[in-house]
Amino acid sequence: MTITAEKTRTRAGTARTTVTRQDRPSGWYLAPALVFFGAFAVLPMVLVVYLSFTSWDGFGTPELSGTENWTRLIEDGRAWDSLWLTLVFMVLTWLVQTPIAMLIGVWAAGRQRNRAILSSLFFLPLLLSTAAIALLWSSVLDPNFGVTQSLPVLGGFNFLGDTELVVYTVVWVISWQYVPFHTLLYQAAARQVPESLYEAATLDGAGRYRQFFTITLPLLKYTIITSTVLMLVGSVTTFDTILILTGGGPGTATRVLPLHMYITGFSGFEFGYASAISVLLLLLGAGLSLAVTRATGFRKMQSQQEGV
Amino acid sequence: MSSRRLTRAAWQAGALVMAGTLVACGSSGPSGGGGGDSDAVQVWALEDAALNPIEEASIERFNESSDAGEAELATFGNDPYKQRLRVALGSPNAPDLFFNWGGGNLKESVDADQVEDLTPLLDENPELRDAFLPSVLAGAELDGKTYGLPMRGMQPVMLFYNNAVLESAGVAVPETWDDLLAAVDTLKGAGVTPVALAGTQPWTELMWIEYILDRVGGPEVFQAIRDGEEGAWEDPAVLESLTMLRDLIDRGAFGTEFASVGYDVGGASTILAQGDAAFHLMGSWEYTNQLNDSPDFVESGDLGWTTFPAIEGGAGDPSNLVGNVSNFYSLTSSSGNKEAAREFLTTALTDDQYISDLIEAGDVPPVQGVRDQLAETENGDYATFIYDATVDAGNFQLSWDQDLPADEATEMLTQLEQLFLGAQTPQGFVDAMSAL
Repeated sequence: MTITAEKTRTRAGTARTTVTRQDRPSGWYLAPALVFFGAFAVLPMVLVVYLSFTSWDGFGTPELSGTENWTRLIEDGRAWDSLWLTLVFMVLTWLVQTPIAMLIGVWAAGRQRNRAILSSLFFLPLLLSTAAIALLWSSVLDPNFGVTQSLPVLGGFNFLGDTELVVYTVVWVISWQYVPFHTLLYQAAARQVPESLYEAATLDGAGRYRQFFTITLPLLKYTIITSTVLMLVGSVTTFDTILILTGGGPGTATRVLPLHMYITGFSGFEFGYASAISVLLLLLGAGLSLAVTRATGFRKMQSQQEGV
Repeated sequence: MSSRRLTRAAWQAGALVMAGTLVACGSSGPSGGGGGDSDAVQVWALEDAALNPIEEASIERFNESSDAGEAELATFGNDPYKQRLRVALGSPNAPDLFFNWGGGNLKESVDADQVEDLTPLLDENPELRDAFLPSVLAGAELDGKTYGLPMRGMQPVMLFYNNAVLESAGVAVPETWDDLLAAVDTLKGAGVTPVALAGTQPWTELMWIEYILDRVGGPEVFQAIRDGEEGAWEDPAVLESLTMLRDLIDRGAFGTEFASVGYDVGGASTILAQGDAAFHLMGSWEYTNQLNDSPDFVESGDLGWTTFPAIEGGAGDPSNLVGNVSNFYSLTSSSGNKEAAREFLTTALTDDQYISDLIEAGDVPPVQGVRDQLAETENGDYATFIYDATVDAGNFQLSWDQDLPADEATEMLTQLEQLFLGAQTPQGFVDAMSAL
């Protein structure tokens, strides 16, 4: 830590006064956050890891069962199908959400005339609860009474009943739900880009597209990473929308791993095995966010505004 | 700020957090009820807008008239109830009397030594045993012992149909399986979906396999599966039933869109009422739903109902029923209030006022001698039909999703969904279930 700080200072070339130990806030400032994090994050995680080595149906006390749940997880074809489906959802939702959120976000950061009205329309889904969104879409897409049934072309599809099509339907609904949030991130980030860069680029004769790709996009790098991490980790845990929209069906066509965990735990009451699946999800989420931040150099936290 | 002051502030913050956590834990207890009087008999039941006030009134009458003690009702939604009850049983927060569905659902708690045997109570009060319909009381019997007493109406599954659709297609109400198959073909020819099915909720699909298996193999097959006997799923009757069901699906009996039709949202019921489908296999509550959602359909006399067709050569009695037998109150073995709870079970459930309140709310209570009273109600035809069918039933099989242990039931529903979608074969279903 000290070494990095030293380096940054040297490179920045400014002589700041050294921060002395007395000026630093006491370690006790950390206490409230630590208590919360311990009680609501660390403790449950430890318990889940413990439960994953037990057999417990909710009656009485959990009984240690060794690695039984873990060997079962390795042999459980449905769990692996669910994991694969989770990864498919992860990639598809990222591919759909990122470009849309970025374009709307950058657009909404501008000063156009209809911007305020249109932006607030785009942000509407953010105000709805997940349950409302899922119920709304399931009635819109209902094969008998849905709005889509009275439309040309669309009426021919069974969006929630076809085992292939339903995957894309769910991706669409989840994207519709979360795009506004990521748009907000991009809008805030795009507003941070110094105006002087665009002025200079205009003087140099760069057009709008050129400006977007050489100024906006590179300066949005850290926002893209933040938004990506949120999306990836989010899709490891998203299951509420799917639960209400399709219940994981038809069959197991949309049973993602978190939903598989939920069904195992709260319908089958196999809390031990469900905990093993949760640990897998935990590792997956932690691993993904670590991998993304490492691979992109996010941790170096270099300034993008140097020299501006 | 001195560091000592900070330390104290941090401790205070920590204490606040702890207090908050404790309060949060405390408030996760039952909703409703009075001031949490620990001396009172704690009664847990499922939320139901129509029935809860009746149960509340019955408890008030008990509190006024009995010297044995007081009772208190707490109600929960369906899924939270199952989860909470599991964790509460055997803990100091356990209720004294709890609502359940009987069968395997109750067996899990009995096996965990959490439920009091009520047989001695019935032996002491033979008139209490005689008050209930035997086929319903049997729903809470395990190994010859009774662990619960019926407390709400019976909900057998019936075959509902749209008279107008059957007439215009020239199809008679099917009495046998072959009649049903012929009807399916004719209706398809007439451009109607033969059977409405809410396939997003696999428990609706479950009703079909339960009835077919009951008609083909009889109640013994269910019993063997529930008791977890070796090779019970491999009984030839199971494979035969699944194959018959598969045949029905392949004939297009359920149409092409059932996989995205729901029940809770009124999908399947509306399809039947609008004449887009001819049949709908559903619990007896379907009548009340139709009455609320499509009153014209019911009043025009187009809504018909009958028992599930007989299957020639099958071992099962065609009078057998499948469905929610009733709901039961069971006494927890850890209860500190057994005397008052027993008193409540003996007097409150067969109380005349309670029974007539239930009938008025549209329920068909599982007690003897209420046929005349049912006939006088607004929907007397329907209520007496349900009552007679239950009285005459050779056996009343509890729905499989309640009767099997939770983990087995969950897997079975998944397999069944796959079978309906054509992603699983009858043999594959049997193999998967016997591998558990």
